[in-house]
Amino acid sequence: MAELNNKERMRIKRHKMPKQEPEQRIKNFNEVNSGYTEELAVAEANRCIQCKNSPCIAGCPVSINIPKFIKLISERKHKEAAAVIKIDNALPAVCGRVCPQEEQCEKVCVLAKRGEPVAIGNLERWAADWERKNIGLQIPNKKPSTGKRIAVVGAGPAGISCAGDLAQMGHKVTVFEALHSTGGVLIYGIPEFRLPKKIVNIEIEALAKMGVEFITNCVIGLTETVDELLERFDAVFIGVGAGLPYFMNIPGEHLNGVYSANEFLTRVNLMKAYTFPIADTPMFDVKNKVVAVFGGGNTAMDAVRTSLRLGAKRAMVIYRRTEAEMPARIEEIKHAKEEGVEFCLLAAPTEFIGNENGWLSSARLQKMKLGEADSSGRRRPVPIEGDVEDIAIQTAIIAIGNGSNPIIHNTTPDLNVNKWGNILVEKDSMKTNKKGVFAGGDIVTGGATVILAMGAGRTAAKSINNYLNNPDAW
Amino acid sequence: MNKILETRLLAPAIKLFKVEALKIAKKRKAGQFIILRVREDGERIPLTIADSNIEEGSITFIVQGVGKTTKQLNSLEAGDFISDIVGPLGRPSRIENFGTAVSIGGGVGAAIAYPTAKALKEAGNYVISIVGGRSKEFVILEDEMKATSDEFYPCTDDGTYGFHGFVTQKLQQLIDSGKKIDYVLAIGPIPMMEGVANVTKPYRIETSASLNTIMVDGTGMCGGCRVIVGGKTKFACVDGPEFDAHEVDFKILSNRNKMYLTQEQTSEDEHSCFLDKMYEKGKANG
Repeated sequence: MAELNNKERMRIKRHKMPKQEPEQRIKNFNEVNSGYTEELAVAEANRCIQCKNSPCIAGCPVSINIPKFIKLISERKHKEAAAVIKIDNALPAVCGRVCPQEEQCEKVCVLAKRGEPVAIGNLERWAADWERKNIGLQIPNKKPSTGKRIAVVGAGPAGISCAGDLAQMGHKVTVFEALHSTGGVLIYGIPEFRLPKKIVNIEIEALAKMGVEFITNCVIGLTETVDELLERFDAVFIGVGAGLPYFMNIPGEHLNGVYSANEFLTRVNLMKAYTFPIADTPMFDVKNKVVAVFGGGNTAMDAVRTSLRLGAKRAMVIYRRTEAEMPARIEEIKHAKEEGVEFCLLAAPTEFIGNENGWLSSARLQKMKLGEADSSGRRRPVPIEGDVEDIAIQTAIIAIGNGSNPIIHNTTPDLNVNKWGNILVEKDSMKTNKKGVFAGGDIVTGGATVILAMGAGRTAAKSINNYLNNPDAW
Repeated sequence: MNKILETRLLAPAIKLFKVEALKIAKKRKAGQFIILRVREDGERIPLTIADSNIEEGSITFIVQGVGKTTKQLNSLEAGDFISDIVGPLGRPSRIENFGTAVSIGGGVGAAIAYPTAKALKEAGNYVISIVGGRSKEFVILEDEMKATSDEFYPCTDDGTYGFHGFVTQKLQQLIDSGKKIDYVLAIGPIPMMEGVANVTKPYRIETSASLNTIMVDGTGMCGGCRVIVGGKTKFACVDGPEFDAHEVDFKILSNRNKMYLTQEQTSEDEHSCFLDKMYEKGKANG
């Protein structure tokens, strides 16, 4: 095919992601998006004009060379494209699926100014899936062994990306995980229909093949302390995630039928409660029930769409601001709407009401309006006096974020944390105040995204490498 | 995978397990617990650590077979493996020299009271142990409790052994007899712990209860174990499991613990059904 000029490239419309139809997909847990075909991927890659400044690279938290891998896809060099991504990203098949591209690389794409940006996320997914399906995950080259040992605490996005980079640098890495499975939020939090567990497991297996050791069922702080790790390892990276769900502290929150999103999703995803009684873990039966999820982030969307798949009669998101302020990815909100999720906006619960057996029967909602902007720049919701409504619901799922887990800081008293318990680090190096200890991800930032945690893990890996080369320069 | 080193039936459906778990044995303190999964696809259940042996690298816990998972666990013997064990979880028991400390264990709660009673004794307390059971055969760990107690009172509901009545009545009797009690620890069924709290409250005797709640991860992540203590939401896994018994909202706790009763029944039926089928199959195969 003759080389396209920029005008021709820009005339091509963005290619939609093929997916399961809503009426079909709400009956199963299979992935909603089925991924580009090769023709779609190449056609989409042809939209990239290889602009001079590559703003997309700066927009990516892990600085993937996006134009380069897209060009390789347009040349049908998919293996090479995957290799380019993997220089900077240990989990490309995961990130192609769960990154908020519209806030990052795609937001700054020059095509976005006049039309729709290149579908960078979809293309990243294509390259990673192509490699896995056609030639199996390729193990990146490792530098010769340095003899240095690093303990990574937490096998979630931050820990995995840190471990992957350190292993490539030739260090011996051991990852400690509290749960019985590795993957952190990718396994217990994000549902199968958005991120198949098999893909996570294969990407983690690739790290194991690179020599990363994974130890599950080990809670650092309790099974072993950070100080004990420092006796055996040259450096420690803490990436334990946020992991302490916020509740709203309103009356009735302890009624049966009220879950944190963490608990609901963990039961379904990690413990496979949706197969009960084949798996032993039970959950509330939401079949033919009304389920309300409180919150507006990706976790809220995951929970509400999961409840639909479990047979909820009505599933709704209740959020105190408007859709514009919702932190969820646009695609998740769109998918939720297509699937029939109801959005009840500008409403906040003030009380959960139960029946005589202690089970949830309704929620009292205070209607809100948007007031002045708050410190986050979003307009603050303020109650409309007297505008209160009771709605009948049988299950409530609270998805309003997570605080910091106290286990590490309770057991490592000399590690500096802020007033919310988040570990304090130097921004550019991820160094804590404790020599040899680095931290990153949600335990530092509070609840954020997979890719930001991975970015922090990478920054920490570089910084750990520098430290190991020159430990006196702490 | 953790290997089972030894098992012992203590009472009908109540079994002691000694299991290989060196790291946990080294770290655990009285009052802490583990979470285990019997098998792949199994549920995660919390169990208090009753004892440990660092030389052997073992921990001991005691299981009452009441649901599918605990029954599955109780069908295992020495040499078998448990899929996953994680711990020690939770905060250790408060151990100080209070003066006279009463440790009360109801049913399998005696297993949980034992390590704390032992630690209280080692901290210099005069330890009184009250252990309750439905009948004589359900009074467990008697020898161990006797060895760590200055006074030991078994109680049975039916009067087949020791004091005829509830542990709360025995406690009341001790208080009425003028015994000065400085601290009470209650571990067992919720009505028993609530009863103990009610007995000690008028006398302002410091009282702790070790709460057994619904849990998934056991590290603070799921919030399923939330309880109300002094009007505030606490997580039994990271803030407990021991709390001021006078401040615990036992009604909410009791209600939350009934959350999965229907499902547990289904699960158990399936399990029994599975066993029946295996039995039938075994018979058919001759």
